[in-house]
Amino acid sequence: MTATDTAVHLVQLAGAACFVIGLHRMRSPATARDGNLLSAGAMAVVLLATGVALVVDNRVPVTSWVVGLAGIATGGLVGAYAARTVAMTAMPQLVSVFNAMGGGAAALVAVQDLSSGGSAGGFPAATGGLGVLIGGVTFTGSLVGAGKLQGWVPGRPLVFRGARPVSALLVLGGIAGTGWLVASPGSAVALAGVAVAGLGFGVLLVLPIGGADMPVVISLLNAFTGTAVAMAGFVLGDTALIIAGALVGSSGAILTRLMAAATNRSVPAIVAGGFGTGDAPSGTAGAPGAGQVRRTDVDDAALQLGYAQKVVIVPGYGLAAAQAQHELSELATLLGERGVDVRFAIHPVAGRMPGHMNVLLAEADVPYPQLEDLDEANPRFPATDVALVVGANDVTNPAARRPGNAVSGMPILDVDRARAVIVVKRSLGHGYAGIDNELYTAPNTQMLFGDAKETLSALLAALKALVS
Amino acid sequence: MSADVLTGLTVFVLALLVGVEVIGRVPATLHTPLMSGANAIHGIVLAGALTVTATATTPWGEVIGFVATAFAAMNVVGGYLVTDRMLAMFRSHRAPGRDVPADRAAP
Repeated sequence: MTATDTAVHLVQLAGAACFVIGLHRMRSPATARDGNLLSAGAMAVVLLATGVALVVDNRVPVTSWVVGLAGIATGGLVGAYAARTVAMTAMPQLVSVFNAMGGGAAALVAVQDLSSGGSAGGFPAATGGLGVLIGGVTFTGSLVGAGKLQGWVPGRPLVFRGARPVSALLVLGGIAGTGWLVASPGSAVALAGVAVAGLGFGVLLVLPIGGADMPVVISLLNAFTGTAVAMAGFVLGDTALIIAGALVGSSGAILTRLMAAATNRSVPAIVAGGFGTGDAPSGTAGAPGAGQVRRTDVDDAALQLGYAQKVVIVPGYGLAAAQAQHELSELATLLGERGVDVRFAIHPVAGRMPGHMNVLLAEADVPYPQLEDLDEANPRFPATDVALVVGANDVTNPAARRPGNAVSGMPILDVDRARAVIVVKRSLGHGYAGIDNELYTAPNTQMLFGDAKETLSALLAALKALVS
Repeated sequence: MSADVLTGLTVFVLALLVGVEVIGRVPATLHTPLMSGANAIHGIVLAGALTVTATATTPWGEVIGFVATAFAAMNVVGGYLVTDRMLAMFRSHRAPGRDVPADRAAP
């Protein structure tokens, strides 16, 4: 081991420690930003050290210099521009695209190393093959996912005949190709086969998944990229890549499990095909004593909110779709100034990726101590005077507590246990699960029909006029 | 299996466990920044991309090196920047003077 090698290893070790500490500081919003900066700084130092070591230990040709620097400049500028300009509502797409880039880079690194015959021995060849396969899956999968989120690819589950056998064949082909690579490292045919299998499977994996399951898929692909990066680390014998890949892999795996649990669906079931494919039980849940829908108007709702002591707001994706976060935030401030205790109860899948709704509300200047998750919010509902539901549907359906319907067993926000419930909604339409929401016919619920943004603006005006 | 491979496997498994332990404690509020921050961390694949670029000997290798480097750089730079942008928005108190943005203030 040369002196530069030793130095780089020590820098990498320190960098890996900083990544872990940075993630550790994400346990509170108060320290999270410092943690991210620490992680970013460590990353810069590790990358710089790698670059310096390359220059010192190899005679790097001028073309490689130019190519490397041009690559960094191109990617860095595009990445920085996208990061600065993206709208918070489009965050899931951007994270997916960045994920695709990471997966693609990991696959290319493995391709390059395998095709130049760098990795001798069975294990590096096997990890290299897996790196190409998994990296290929995340590359196309994340791009298709981003396309779905952006609306460029239809968000509904796209299923066509023969897709599943083809997917199975691609997976088997990818694994067989990896085996071939182990037997004869450097085989260009095997390498191409693995790459095609990975890229093809990524497309087929994400196409049949519906919009409501996007949080799960994004998390899953994140875990895949982490694994692909770790595999690239094995190929290059680079410990920093292995550690970073493992950290990301575990974060993706944890979030995947959380998101799947929040929709009460198993990961295999989601991957096999999403909601709305027609195989989910649909129809009414047969609510016992299904009652009449009670309507209310803006003035009455404003009075109820203004004279309440405790209000819990339940935002759903409909809020973000209507771009009404700022109105909701103002409403919460106004109520807060009147001494009303206002909280936001946020279901894990309220947005299009884990924690998305929290970011949207933070952008609208809602202080984070007011944002509560399922476990914090649910015990609060029985003592809540008014629960205001804006743009959330299935995650508030009390039918989930009974077996025998499409949402059975799904963790829900116990909105119906509040003394009064006001639901802001365009119509009585169904959510993704395709069943009636029993909350809307509950005796303590009043429906305030209308567009979220207009209704909240009207509510704000009424509150100012009536009770200020 | 060589000693290097075994060491790599050991590091991989231990890092997975550390990841589960540390990330399991991140509150739901921060799951989006967590994901994009973790995303940025795997941008370290840029180190690998630079390595294969530096050792490339064919034009084809240079092309792959360029694309890999550009992808990885986009991942790492964009990932950290967007995470920072999001985390900057999380405040424990409403920022003074920002209650009603000027462009939407009531007349």
